[in-house]
Amino acid sequence: MTEPARRERDRPWVFRTYSGHSSAEASNALYRTNLAKGQTGLSVAFDLPTQTGYDADHPLARGEVGKVGVPIGHLDDMEALFREIPLDQMNTSMTINATAAWLLALYVATGERQGVAPAQLRGTTQNDLIKEYLSRGTYVFPPEPSMRLISDMVAYTVHDIPKWNPINVCSYHLQEAGATPVQEIAYAMANAIAVLDAVRARDDVPEDVIPDVFGRMSFFLNAGIRFVEEICKGRAMTEMWDEIGRERYGVQDPKLRRFRYGVQVNSLGLTEAQPENNAIRIVLEALGVTFSKNARCRALQLPAWNEALGLPRPWDQQWSLRTQQILAFETDLLEYEDLFEGSHVVEAKVEELKKAAQEELDRVLGMGGAVAAVENAYMKQRLVESHTRRLRSIESGDLTVVGVNAYTETEPSPLVEGANAILKVDESAEREQIGRLDAFRARRNPTEVDAALQGLRDALANGQNVMPPSIRAAHAGVTTGEWADTLRKLFGEYRAPTGVVAREAQVTDEANEKVRARVRAVGATLGRPLKILVGKPGLDGHSNGAEQIAVKARDVGMEVVYDGIRLTPSEIVQSARDEGVHVIGLSILSGSHQILVMDVLEGLRSEGLEIPVIVGGIIPEDDAEKLRQHGVERVYTPKDFDLTRIMSEIVDVVGERHARD
Amino acid sequence: MTELGPRLLARDRSAVAPALNLVDDRRPAARREAAVLLAELEAKIGRGGAPRIGLTGAPGAGKSTLLDALVRRRRAVDETVGVIAVDPSSRRTGGALLGDRIRVRSGAGDPGVFIRSMAARDQLGGLAEATRAGVLVLSAAFDWVLVETVGVGQSEGEVADLVDTLVFVAQPGAGDLLQFMKAGILELPDVFVVNKADVGAAAERTRRELEAGLGLGERDAKWTPPVLAVSARDGIGIDALDDTLAAHRRALGAEGLAARRSRGRDAAVRAGLVARYGSFGLEALGGTEALERRLAAAPGEPGFALLETLGNEIRAALGDRAAGS
Ligand code: B12
Ligand SMILES: Nc1nc2c(ncn2[C@@H]2O[C@H](COP(=O)(O)OP(=O)(O)O)[C@@H](O)[C@H]2O)c(=O)[nH]1
Ligand SMILES: [Mg+2]
Repeated sequence: MTEPARRERDRPWVFRTYSGHSSAEASNALYRTNLAKGQTGLSVAFDLPTQTGYDADHPLARGEVGKVGVPIGHLDDMEALFREIPLDQMNTSMTINATAAWLLALYVATGERQGVAPAQLRGTTQNDLIKEYLSRGTYVFPPEPSMRLISDMVAYTVHDIPKWNPINVCSYHLQEAGATPVQEIAYAMANAIAVLDAVRARDDVPEDVIPDVFGRMSFFLNAGIRFVEEICKGRAMTEMWDEIGRERYGVQDPKLRRFRYGVQVNSLGLTEAQPENNAIRIVLEALGVTFSKNARCRALQLPAWNEALGLPRPWDQQWSLRTQQILAFETDLLEYEDLFEGSHVVEAKVEELKKAAQEELDRVLGMGGAVAAVENAYMKQRLVESHTRRLRSIESGDLTVVGVNAYTETEPSPLVEGANAILKVDESAEREQIGRLDAFRARRNPTEVDAALQGLRDALANGQNVMPPSIRAAHAGVTTGEWADTLRKLFGEYRAPTGVVAREAQVTDEANEKVRARVRAVGATLGRPLKILVGKPGLDGHSNGAEQIAVKARDVGMEVVYDGIRLTPSEIVQSARDEGVHVIGLSILSGSHQILVMDVLEGLRSEGLEIPVIVGGIIPEDDAEKLRQHGVERVYTPKDFDLTRIMSEIVDVVGERHARD
Repeated sequence: MTELGPRLLARDRSAVAPALNLVDDRRPAARREAAVLLAELEAKIGRGGAPRIGLTGAPGAGKSTLLDALVRRRRAVDETVGVIAVDPSSRRTGGALLGDRIRVRSGAGDPGVFIRSMAARDQLGGLAEATRAGVLVLSAAFDWVLVETVGVGQSEGEVADLVDTLVFVAQPGAGDLLQFMKAGILELPDVFVVNKADVGAAAERTRRELEAGLGLGERDAKWTPPVLAVSARDGIGIDALDDTLAAHRRALGAEGLAARRSRGRDAAVRAGLVARYGSFGLEALGGTEALERRLAAAPGEPGFALLETLGNEIRAALGDRAAGS
C-alpha cells in the first residue's frame, strides 16, 4: 500500500484550557506546564470575588477565594500570574466581564513592567455583559453603565491595543442556560449589534473607524451534541455576520467581515452518571466546530470528562488537550477544503436556521435591541422556557441521554473510585491570599492610591474613557475591590430579572397529577398552600438549577419565592421568615456549599425557625453526608434528573416536619 | 386578648411573620384565632395605624422599582416599612411564582423593611380578604404600609378599598392608558405617576395626555389627582411623589380617612360574606339591602368582628348546613 498523498494542511486552531485556581503563583505554574504540553494560548479562569469586584477579605468573598479560578487582587498578583510568560508572545483570553476594564488595566500594567508596550499585546477580554444578565451572573452594574464600559474598552483598544479583542460576544453561555441554536444565533447577533451601535454613537470614534471596530468583534460559541446542527449553526452565523457587516455597518473589506470565533464545547450535557461517556461527547462536539473549513473556530477549549463531578485536575485537562491534538494532528481533517460546500442538506439547514434566527433577531431589535430585551426580561424568559422544555424531555425520555435516562446499567467505573476524581482547592488558599493582600496594602503609597482613585472617579463622572485612569490606578497599587467599589458608588448595582415566569403549560401526566394532589393535601393540613423559598446564597451565578426547581415547584402547585442569585445567608433567612415559607431549597454549584449552608442553618437556629432545608447542586457525596449530619434533609445532584420525584420528596419532607410539630 | 396582638401593637417585628401566617391559615381553629386577632387590631387601629399606600398598574410599568425607591426614602428618615406584593400570575390550580422582590433591594437584610408576597389565589374575594388582613397586621407593626398589585382592569376597585392612597403607575406610551380610560379605572386612583421619565419626551407626552384625559372625569372637589412624571430607576421625581402622598393625606383629613376606611370595611364584609357563604348565605341574612342596613347601623364596629357576627347569624339561619370551609 502506498502512502496517501499528503495535502497541504490548514493551520490548526489555538488550543486552550480554561484554568486557574488557588493563587497567582499556583496558576502560573499550571500555565507553564500546560504550555509545555503543547497548549498554544492561555485562557484565564478568575475566582468569583475577582469577577464580581471584591477583595479577598470582603465578607462576600468568604469561602470563594481561589476556588473556581485564580484570585487577582492587585498588580503584584497579575505579575505573578505571568511570571516568565512574556506577554508579547502570548495570546491570552481572560474570562472577565464586570471588572474587565480593571483586569485589562492590570494586564497592560504588567506588560509595561515586563517592558512590553500595549500595542504588542494580543488577547481577549470576554467583556460581554448582556450574556452575564442572561446566563453567567457575574454582572455588577446596571446595563447602561455596563454598555458604556464596554464601548470605552472598544474605543481604547482600537487605538492603543489594535490586536486586542475588547469583547468576545458569547453565545456559549446562552446554550449552557438552555438556549436553542436559533436563540443562540439571534441573541448573539442582537448583542453584537447593541455593542456596535453603542460604539458608533460615541463622539470619539470616527465613522471611518467603524469597519475596524467591526473587524475586532469576536465571538464565543457553544457546540452541543447534535453536531450536524452545530456545523450548520457555525455556518449560519458566519453568513449572517457577513451580511450584518455589509448591510448595517457598511463594511467593505470582506476580511473585516469574517466571523471570528472561539469555542468551548457544551458542558450542560455532560453527565454525572457514567462520566467516562463524556469523553466521547466532547469529541463529537469538537467535530461540530472544526469540520467546516469555511466556518472553523479560531480557538478551542474542551471541558473535562469529570465536568459534572467538580473541578478538573491537571490530568483531566491534559486528556482534553490531547483530544484536540489528536483531532488536529493525527486525523486528516485539516487537509481538505470545505467538506460541505454544495451539500443540499447542509445548505437547507443553514437557511432554515438563518431564517428563524433573523425572525427572532428582528423581534428583539423591534423592542429596542438587546439591552431593552434584557431589562424587560424577554430573552431571559425565553431561555428559561427552553431549558424547561429540555429538562421535561429528559424526564419523559423523549430526549435520550445515555447512562442517565437510558442504558443506566453499569459496571463500577475505575475512573471515579474514591473521592479523588476531582481537584480539591486547599482551604489555606483564602487565608494566604488575604495575607498577600494585607502585605501589598501595607507596601503601597496611600497618597498615590487616593489620587489614583480620585482620578478614576473624576474621569468617570466627566464621561472620559475608563481605561487610562484604570491603568494609572493599577500602577499606583489600587486593589480590585477598591476599583469596583468606586464604580459601584457611581453607577449603582443591578439585579437582573430572573426570567422565571412559567408560561409553559403544566405537565398533566399521572405522576405529576399525583404530586399535585399531594401538594394540595399537605397544604390543607398546613392550613395554607405549601410555600417554598428557592435560594441562591453566595457569589455563585449558576442559576439553571434554581430556576428549573422554581418553575417545577410552581408547576406542581407550590407557592414559590425565588429572588435570583447572589443573596447572603442572612438575607435568605430573613426572606424565609418574612415570607412564611414551609421549606427552603438552596442551590449551590460553586463548591462553597459547606460554609454557605452552615451559615443558613446557623441563621435559622438563632432566629428560632424550624424550617427544613434541602440542598442541590455540585455536592460531592462525602460533603453531602456531612450536610445531612448537620440537619440538611435532602441533597440532590445532577444525576437526580427526575424533577417530579424531587418534588414528591419535598412534600415528604414538609409533611414529616409538620407531623413532628 | 391574643398573644400576638399586643406584640404587634408594640411593634415586635418577630410577631409579624407568625401573625401573617395565622391570618392566612384556613384551618378552623386558626381562623377563629385570626378573627379575634384581626378584630382586636382593627378596634385599635382601624382608623389609624400606618398610612397605607397602594401601587397599581400594568406589569412592567415599574411598580416594584418605584416601591423600592419609596422604601429607601422612608428608610433614609428611619421610618419602617411593611410591604405586601400580590403576585399577578397565580394559577387556577394553585402554584405561584413570587419573585418580585428581585428589584426591591432596599429591604435585603434590613430589619426596618418587611416584605411578604402573596398569591392572588383565585378564590372569590381572595385578594381582598387575605391582603386586607395582611395590611392590617403590617399597619400595626410598621410606620408605612405599601401594597403592590397588578392592575388588570378589575382589581383596582379592591385595592382602592384596601389603602388610603392609591397610586396608578403608567409608563410612557398611551396604549394601556386608553384601555384603562375605557374601563373607567381612572376614576379610582388618587395619584398618577408616569414612570420611566428618563426615556425623555414620550414620558412628558403621556403625562400631558393623561392629565387631559383626567380633566374629563367627575371628581371630588377637595382633591384633584395630580399626574407626576418620575424615574424610579434614576430616583428622579421621588421627592415630589413623596410630598404628593403627604399632601393627599392632609387633604383626606381625619374625616376623609375615616370615610375611606369605613368604605373599605364595608367592601371587605360584603366580599368576605359572599366568599364564605355565597349569595345563598346572603339571602339567609335578608339579602343585600339587609346587609347594607346592618353595615350602616354599626359604623364603629371592626369589619373582621362584623364578619364573624354576621357569619354566625348566617350559619344559624342555615342550620349550620353551609358551615365555612
Ligand atoms: C451550565 C454551567 C454553567 C453555566 C451556568 C448558566 C446558568 N445560568 O446557570 C455558565 C456557562 C454560565 C457557567 C459558568 C461558570 N461555571 Co459552570 N457549570 C455549568 C454546568 C456545565 C452545568 C450546571 C447546570 O446548569 N446543570 C443543569 C441544572 C438543571 O442542573 P443542576 O444545577 O445540577 O441541578 C440539578 C441538581 O443538582 C438538583 N438541584 C440543584 N439545585 C437544587 C436546588 C434544590 C432546592 C433542589 C431540590 C435540587 C437542586 O436538581 C437539578 C435537577 O437535576 C456545570 C457542570 C455540570 N455538568 O454539572 C458547571 C460547573 C457547575 N461550573 C463550574 C464553574 C467553575 C463555573 C465558573 C465559576 C467558571 C469560572 N471560573 O468563571 C463560571 C462562573 C459562574 C458563576 N457566575 O458563578 C464548576 C464548579 C466547580 C465546583 N463546584 O467545584 C462546574 C462543576 C464545572 C467544572 N467541573 O468545573 N457554568
Ligand atoms: N428606564 C426605566 N426603566 C425602569 C424604570 N423603572 C423600572 N424600570 C424597568 O422596567 C422594568 C419593570 O420594572 P418593575 O419594577 O419590575 O415593574 P412592575 O412589573 O410594574 O413591578 C424593569 O426592567 C425595570 O428595570 C425607570 O424609571 N426607567
Ligand atoms: Mg412588580
